[in-house]
Amino acid sequence: MPKVKLSEYATNTVKEVCASFNNSEGELINVLHQVQQKLGYLPAEVQELVAKELNMSAAKVYGVVTFYSFFTMVPQGENPISICMGTACYVRGAEQVLDEFKRQLKIEVGETTTDGKFSLSALRCVGACGLAPVVMVGEKVHGRVAPTDVRKIISECKDGCLT
Amino acid sequence: MADYKMHILVCGGTGCRASQSDKIVETFKTELEMHGLDDEVKVVATGCFGFCEKGPIVKIIPDNTFYVQAGVVDVKDIVEEHIIKGRPLKRLLYHDPATKSQVTDTAHIDFYKKQVRIALRNCGFINPENIEEYIARDGYAALGSVLEMKPSEATQMVKDSGLRGRGGGGFPTGLKWEITAKEKSDQKYVVCNADEGDPGAFMDRSILEGDPHSVIEAMAICGYCIGAGKGLVYIRAEYPLAINRLKIALNQAREFGLLGNDILGSGFDFDIDIRYGAGAFVCGEETALIHSMEGYRGEPTVKPPFPSVSGYLGKPTNVNNVETFANIPVIFNKGVEWFKSIGTENSRGTKVFALAGKVNNVGLIEVPMGITLREVIFDIGGGIRGGKKFKAVQTGGPSGGCLTEQHLDTPIDYDNLIAVGSMMGSGGMIVMDEDDCMVSIAKFYLEFTLDESCGKCTPCRIGNKRLHEILVKITSGNGIEEDIERLRVLGNVIKETSLCGLGQTSPNPVLSTLDNFYDEYLAHVNDKKCPAGQCKDLVHYEINANACTGCTLCFRNCPVGAISGEKKMPHYIDQSLCIKCGVCFEKCRFKAISIV
Ligand SMILES: Cc1cc2nc3c(=O)[nH]c(=O)nc-3n(C[C@H](O)[C@H](O)[C@H](O)COP(=O)(O)O)c2cc1C
Ligand code: SF4
Ligand code: FES
Repeated sequence: MPKVKLSEYATNTVKEVCASFNNSEGELINVLHQVQQKLGYLPAEVQELVAKELNMSAAKVYGVVTFYSFFTMVPQGENPISICMGTACYVRGAEQVLDEFKRQLKIEVGETTTDGKFSLSALRCVGACGLAPVVMVGEKVHGRVAPTDVRKIISECKDGCLT
Repeated sequence: MADYKMHILVCGGTGCRASQSDKIVETFKTELEMHGLDDEVKVVATGCFGFCEKGPIVKIIPDNTFYVQAGVVDVKDIVEEHIIKGRPLKRLLYHDPATKSQVTDTAHIDFYKKQVRIALRNCGFINPENIEEYIARDGYAALGSVLEMKPSEATQMVKDSGLRGRGGGGFPTGLKWEITAKEKSDQKYVVCNADEGDPGAFMDRSILEGDPHSVIEAMAICGYCIGAGKGLVYIRAEYPLAINRLKIALNQAREFGLLGNDILGSGFDFDIDIRYGAGAFVCGEETALIHSMEGYRGEPTVKPPFPSVSGYLGKPTNVNNVETFANIPVIFNKGVEWFKSIGTENSRGTKVFALAGKVNNVGLIEVPMGITLREVIFDIGGGIRGGKKFKAVQTGGPSGGCLTEQHLDTPIDYDNLIAVGSMMGSGGMIVMDEDDCMVSIAKFYLEFTLDESCGKCTPCRIGNKRLHEILVKITSGNGIEEDIERLRVLGNVIKETSLCGLGQTSPNPVLSTLDNFYDEYLAHVNDKKCPAGQCKDLVHYEINANACTGCTLCFRNCPVGAISGEKKMPHYIDQSLCIKCGVCFEKCRFKAISIV
């Protein structure tokens, strides 16, 4: 992966967050949560800086980032689409919905479209099993989604982007 | 709830909020203000009512009218008709499918009739963001009385109640407290396990969203009993609503002197912090959870030492599940004998389940132990959707098994479920119908396990991968009969040799479907057929020319243009283009499309 230089904003953000946890190694997960919340994702350069600030090895930081599915090393699309693949949604046809999103967006789970507009992820139980299958676009929950609704959901996002 | 004449309770659980219940609350407030009623009628966003299927739910107190599937557009009518004129709004009442009549209150809705609410006692009744409402319903009374007892006396009461851990293992809670209490240490910890990794389950999250104080109170009681000064709640960062309500509750408890130094003048100091998980199922396992709280990868370690001896930062740590804690205050308030009167000999009390899948009433339920699966699925759950046939019910999530028709009359408790090849688990209960392929279900759970295995030990990391490969082979039509036996042998080896509970239980979905649906495996392997019609590689869709009316509905809905035909003439599917999404099959109104 080519190295990019972190922006001043990113560098300062990481330093501030680490400092707010007293640069303590035991707070690594909390640090990563806050950094990801502020920067959107955790690329290698950010992880190296976190390692330096907390005085631990970059390998350890990387080990933690890759262990937990909540942490991501790639930027999310403008419209992060998550399909619930919890059991309740699965038995009500979530896989077919997921397949249709993959087909229409031409990306796999964990990827972002080249124009940066959409990213696709699978998550496990949103807590709205009564509405299964559930699709989330950002914070918005779409319930009882059928494969035939996929086109509409995508075009709604596109309209949203323009305005 | 003193000064107001009426209360409007609106479900503010995750499910109903997804259907805009927060907007309903706002609209009620503006509408009441417009009519100058905001001094007399109070709007409360509560926790989950449980009846998620029919959400958003709105309940009017004192007359207990229960409105289902309410929308923002209905608010005006509820205020003008019900609140002002006192006439219930018929169109929003629950419609009983059996009697075909309308039902006004929960006492007469089948979904609620067989439920007994202990852990969920306050969910759907109080505003979880207001400690006074919790206190008004006996909140913190248990803590008050425990602080006047000796710790050992209080622990003995928990022991006598027969309460067992609701997080899956079913370990006797009082005994765990006693063991941790006996350890000598300058610091001990109380940990609440709110990781809830079972995909398709939302019990613990709903308790924290709907009644956070009950967990806080119980943790303080536990702290007093075991001699701990500090509590930690381990919760997933993905549950923003639960986290937010918990934070509010913690602050209020501190303001009221129910957390902090010298609680209620007893000299007992206790406070609670939140630790965030980051989406890893194995972190629900207690040793992994502790490593995660310490900032490391959440990998389990061999027990012993158990956390009660050496846990968080090497100190004695008592780990309990959210629902386990939620039971504690009630045991003290209502007494050990009362608690023991509910449930069965070896499984006292109730269990909360997230009932989901192909039942009519998806939702959060709490039932006395000893109730049968049939009662849960058919009386509470309202039977199978769309008049289909019941096929299986899965309990225990990725660690559990699939039970069938023949198990429907088994009374649910820890020991019975294990005896029939499943387990209680944390409370996910997924119902499946004739359209569900059991081999695919086993594959689905194994995919989950593969994603979630921490990789520390070989049987789980590699063994499950091999199991999964065999299942893929079978579902894609390349299986041979020996594969079935290999599944069984390998599954048992993984169970026996894995390090932690995840690996030790991960083959259960495969083994239990092998036991109960052997013929279905055989059909995939020998006849290259998927009896449920789900395995894409083994089926194709065909239009029956005699039944097709040429309505063009399938033609218009097919996402890849694989269907052609003239209007009013039979249509036909080009198999080379078909992606087997099943849309045409779902859409056809004349049953002209079949899966073969
Ligand atoms: C793979 C795995 C996942 C688990 N996930 C959870 C969980 O999500 N929530 C939970 O309370 N317990 C979970 N447990 C059980 C815990 O290890 C522990 O037994 C429990 O939190 C103890 O609390 P209890 O006695 O109150 O049930 C899990 C266990 C295993 C092996
Ligand atoms: S059984 Fe699986 S999850 Fe548990 S320690 Fe081994 S690899 Fe990790
Ligand atoms: S399984 Fe999808 S919301 Fe619960």
